[in-house]
Amino acid sequence: MQIPAPFDYARATSVDDAIALLTRYGEDAHIVAGGHSLLPMMRLRLARPEWLIDINELTELDYVRRDGDRLRVGALTRHRTLLESAEVGSLFPIVVDAERVVADPVVRNRGTIGGSLCQADPAEDLSTVCTVLGAEAVIRGADGDRVIGMDEFHVGPYETAVAFNEVLVEVRFPIRLRSSSAYEKVERRVGDWAVAAAGAAVTLADDGALDDVAIGVTAVGLSERVADAEDLLRGNRPTDDLIAEAGRRTAAAVDPMTDQRGSEAYKRHLAGELTQRVLRSAIARATRGDENDGQGQEA
Amino acid sequence: MTIVDEPRTGSEHGRHHDHNPAADDAARPVGFGRLQRKEDPRFIRGQGNYVDDIVLPGMLHGAILRAPVAHARIVSIDTSEALARPGVRAVITGKDLEPLNLAWIPTLSYDVQSVLVTDKVRFQGQEVAFVIADDRYAARDALESIEVDYEMLPPMIDARRALDPDAPLVRDEMEGRTDNFINDWECGDKAATDAVFANADVVVRQEIVYPRVHPAPMETCGAVADFNPVSGDLTLYETSQAPHAHRTVIAMVAGLPEHKIHIISPDIGGGFGNKVGIYPGYVLAIVGSIVTGKPVKWMEDRSENLMSTSFARDYIMQGEIAATKDGRLLGLRADVLADLGAFNGTAQPTKYPAGFFNLFPGSYTWEAVHGKVTSVYTNKAPGGVAYACSFRVTEASYFVERMIDRLAIELDMDPAELRLKNFIATEQFPYDNKAGFEYDSGQYEMTMRHAMQLAGYEDLRREQAEKRARGELMGIGISFFTEGVGAGPRKHMDILGLGMADGAELRIHPTGKAVVRISVQSQGQAHETTFAQIVSEEIGIPPEDIEVVHGDTDRTPFGLGTYGSRSTPVSGGAVALVTRKVRDKARLIAAAMLETRPEDLEWEKGRWFVKGDPTAGKTIQEIALAAHGTMELPEGVDGNLDAEVTYDPPNLTFSYGAYFCVTDIDKGTGKVTVRRFVAVDDCGTRINPMVIEGQVHGGLTDGVGMALMEIIEFDSDGNCLGGTFMDYLIPTAMEVPDWETGFTVTPSPHHPIGAKGIGESATVGSPAAIVNSVIDALRPLGVTAIDMPCTPSRVWDAMQGRPTAPV
Amino acid sequence: MHVTMTVNGEEVERDIEPRVLLVHFLRENLGLTGTHWGCDTSNCGTCVVQLDGQPVKSCTVLAAMADGHAVRTVEGLDAGGTLDPVQQGFMVEHGLQCGFCTPGMMLTARALLDENPNPTETEIREAISGQICRCTGYATIVRAIQWAAEHPAEAVEKVAQS
Repeated sequence: MQIPAPFDYARATSVDDAIALLTRYGEDAHIVAGGHSLLPMMRLRLARPEWLIDINELTELDYVRRDGDRLRVGALTRHRTLLESAEVGSLFPIVVDAERVVADPVVRNRGTIGGSLCQADPAEDLSTVCTVLGAEAVIRGADGDRVIGMDEFHVGPYETAVAFNEVLVEVRFPIRLRSSSAYEKVERRVGDWAVAAAGAAVTLADDGALDDVAIGVTAVGLSERVADAEDLLRGNRPTDDLIAEAGRRTAAAVDPMTDQRGSEAYKRHLAGELTQRVLRSAIARATRGDENDGQGQEA
Repeated sequence: MTIVDEPRTGSEHGRHHDHNPAADDAARPVGFGRLQRKEDPRFIRGQGNYVDDIVLPGMLHGAILRAPVAHARIVSIDTSEALARPGVRAVITGKDLEPLNLAWIPTLSYDVQSVLVTDKVRFQGQEVAFVIADDRYAARDALESIEVDYEMLPPMIDARRALDPDAPLVRDEMEGRTDNFINDWECGDKAATDAVFANADVVVRQEIVYPRVHPAPMETCGAVADFNPVSGDLTLYETSQAPHAHRTVIAMVAGLPEHKIHIISPDIGGGFGNKVGIYPGYVLAIVGSIVTGKPVKWMEDRSENLMSTSFARDYIMQGEIAATKDGRLLGLRADVLADLGAFNGTAQPTKYPAGFFNLFPGSYTWEAVHGKVTSVYTNKAPGGVAYACSFRVTEASYFVERMIDRLAIELDMDPAELRLKNFIATEQFPYDNKAGFEYDSGQYEMTMRHAMQLAGYEDLRREQAEKRARGELMGIGISFFTEGVGAGPRKHMDILGLGMADGAELRIHPTGKAVVRISVQSQGQAHETTFAQIVSEEIGIPPEDIEVVHGDTDRTPFGLGTYGSRSTPVSGGAVALVTRKVRDKARLIAAAMLETRPEDLEWEKGRWFVKGDPTAGKTIQEIALAAHGTMELPEGVDGNLDAEVTYDPPNLTFSYGAYFCVTDIDKGTGKVTVRRFVAVDDCGTRINPMVIEGQVHGGLTDGVGMALMEIIEFDSDGNCLGGTFMDYLIPTAMEVPDWETGFTVTPSPHHPIGAKGIGESATVGSPAAIVNSVIDALRPLGVTAIDMPCTPSRVWDAMQGRPTAPV
Repeated sequence: MHVTMTVNGEEVERDIEPRVLLVHFLRENLGLTGTHWGCDTSNCGTCVVQLDGQPVKSCTVLAAMADGHAVRTVEGLDAGGTLDPVQQGFMVEHGLQCGFCTPGMMLTARALLDENPNPTETEIREAISGQICRCTGYATIVRAIQWAAEHPAEAVEKVAQS
């Protein structure tokens, strides 16, 4: 049974207190929330922070709140909360699709959306979800809040724009009419990282054409949206041929690596296949929602 | 005797309220039958006593430093910094063990293995140094302070290249050794087989790989060693499936007198063959205790378990099958390359270096068969015989059941029909399988047809045809396995010279309660219940009045332990016989009590009574009290109701079963879903159906694991890629269906109660059913073969016509 | 550092290093060895306990993080000697063999039934999908939990101990 190297521990009493502690202890300090990314790495001694700043008591960061045309989700919101939220499920089914396949139900009691995004594992499902939904990250530092998009948030594998003495406090999702979304993942077994996954969000025009579309993929070496495939679809009616071509373009755009989860060729194929599936699913959901009330979807 | 029962599915059973023995005493069997387990009350309260639960006064903790590389010479080891750390009591290296003659110890296959490396590292994860500290955190921290200088050597990883002339030499320390060849073994008749193949209408060849996997019980291996320097006694609490065998071997290896060694296997959290061998960690805990004068606990972590303890399988098998055009089997050839790792640590009877691979002809009649196994060394952890393999019968069974389906494809014949056409007929038993084993009994066709009926085989084929017409991938896979379990007799089967016969002792107390002491060791198989039931069946004392003692070498008779499903066949036989001995003795005493002759008495469960006068009888309880009382005992009878027996089984028992698996494959992703699994098992007389069903369910899950996700892989540098549960995947409740089980009963003619083993049956039989199902699903795409694990990626590769071997 | 928490309804406090994992705190500092451990990477779920009523992997929670919170282990399942229906169900339906994963399974089952008294088979399988059993094949665990759902008031301990 592996155990971490020694460290010191402090419990933040507020976000400002967390920021102060991070500032005081510098780069050797690390925030811990759910801990299910950080603690396993510490147990294997791949990560050795000298200070752990526990933010689990900051319940003021645990919320799901509609605020006009945005859904605001506190960074400390647990995976389980998002999975079970009817509001999230109705506005952004992609989140629920993804949460259903993030880790396992016990881990989801502890893990948080903030923790997942800040861990920035290349196979992190929520990173793709936030990219596809055009989410914004609210980051607080000693000088106040700044709001950035996902492109700026994601710097590279395991690296984000959150500075050593800043705290991600909220993720904001723009709410759009006549829109829906979907996520699908292939894993070797429940709880495994994705072999590959894809997410899509669509906004429909009156005539059923795609006003807007966003496509993202997971674990295949592409952290930006698949612009090539999106450009093909945007403004057009989503025919079978177009969706198939979008799949092909996605398969061409990714850069997967062969590993124990799968071969490069297979992952490339999956990227394309799953992109088609989530596009069809998102479109069907958006259409159904449109038929229902035109205001946003039914779950 | 034939009994065919209705299957019970999980959902059906869950809605019935007829299986709550706790609520209804009358439903509790005195003898065989469904009986709630006697061991459960402590487990459900969290009061199990596992090795890591043991805390002794002054106990220290040990941790092993393991080599990060697969093949490297040790240039130097510097332990000075570790020794200086707070809480560290000792640091032991190979140099310290050499003068004690403990740097190397014998394996169970007459090879040697390193306890701590002295010359060079031979596999990644090998033991290099042992730290003993005040607590486990201090021990773990100290590992980082040990400095080891390695000189890298090219690693020998690809077993197929192990016998190449330029292959890196793994065992250069063996005098005169110039290659990685361990041994060759064969069985059957090569000349006759060659002749059959030469004249056959149809010959099909197939490479079939059984990749390296790991038993991975939920509890890892460990020990607490407590050496008393004053008395010279060593008490060893150990995760061991074979405490007596371990005691004898440790006595021989460590030079400690056997009567001074006390091994206690308390509760064990799963064994599956992982806890048969004597690992360096156990030896190091013992040495640590001797050196420090305190108890020393060593518990391995999960990566140590996966990387260094006994793996299973790793057989690369070339199969050839010869048949007539109309599907009569003629000949079978198996040519196997076995990767044993860096030391030959396989644990099987001495005269069977390839275990019971002799079972490879399976359940069928052949004109001739020939099997050959070549074993080689590689720079990987040692092992091979583990994970419910019944001594390589998993490999043999998987091989033949895959070959049969391969032939069915070639002949365009229904795989069920092909099997039915070639089964060993009931009247042919006992049957010499032409590869050295005599199967005791079987009613193969009956069992097969029962399974086909439960599965609704014809309906499934109809459904498959409809789905195929729509381009959907659905597969039906069959496996009809025969395994041989219950190793003994001692003249044929020994481990390190210890014959595989097992003892049992029964004592009936004056108040009529009983204690039975057995040599085998449960790791979850319900021995505390089932062995009480065997005694109960024979003597009529209720199971709750019978205590079963196991796991403590001081309190139990000698025996070779639990593995290869031998508990019921061997120890169960011993227990039945010892109970009959007691019952026969009771007859003599009862006759004296009733003032009649023993031959005038008749038995009904629980008492002897006068023939023709049922009111004149004595219960076992009354007899027990009288035996210890004041009455005049008959000549030759001493004043107790005790007996002991060592049972030398005349043969293995041959359990078998018919398994049907239905899978659906997502055409776009290659993901396999096991939709249904129907398992009909025949293990002869059934002691406790509830326990049997549980054993089968567990083994079927192993099959899903191996068929779809389990594998220990290595990269070309010899790094083990399956060293954590992130990569070594085991099925969860989501990957398995609700099992559908049924049974038939074909008793073993030679076993005292007609029972055969069941613990490994489902692990033996299920992988082929699942893989055959996957291949069947992919037939429309022209696929004729795929190797495990059938991960989505590997399935998809096969669908593209590019299947790859896993090693 | 000093930690205080409620374990099985009783307040406990100890001085520990911050890095002590909750599973070790329970097993070694408190002597509650009913909680087990099985892996290094938070995958197996053998170590599951309840933290404020929710199942968590105690190998991935620091004892320090549980300070001020309520922990329930298998030792706290029975109510002063009366077995929980989940415990009864596991015995009746043979939901355990070696017993190593059992404490965690039962605590997850208890939490599930507390929120969802009549779960479907799928919901049960999903709820335990973060925990591995190597012995039972899961079907009898599902039956055990179904039994507990069907006998919510039957928490009578049979003294005869079968």
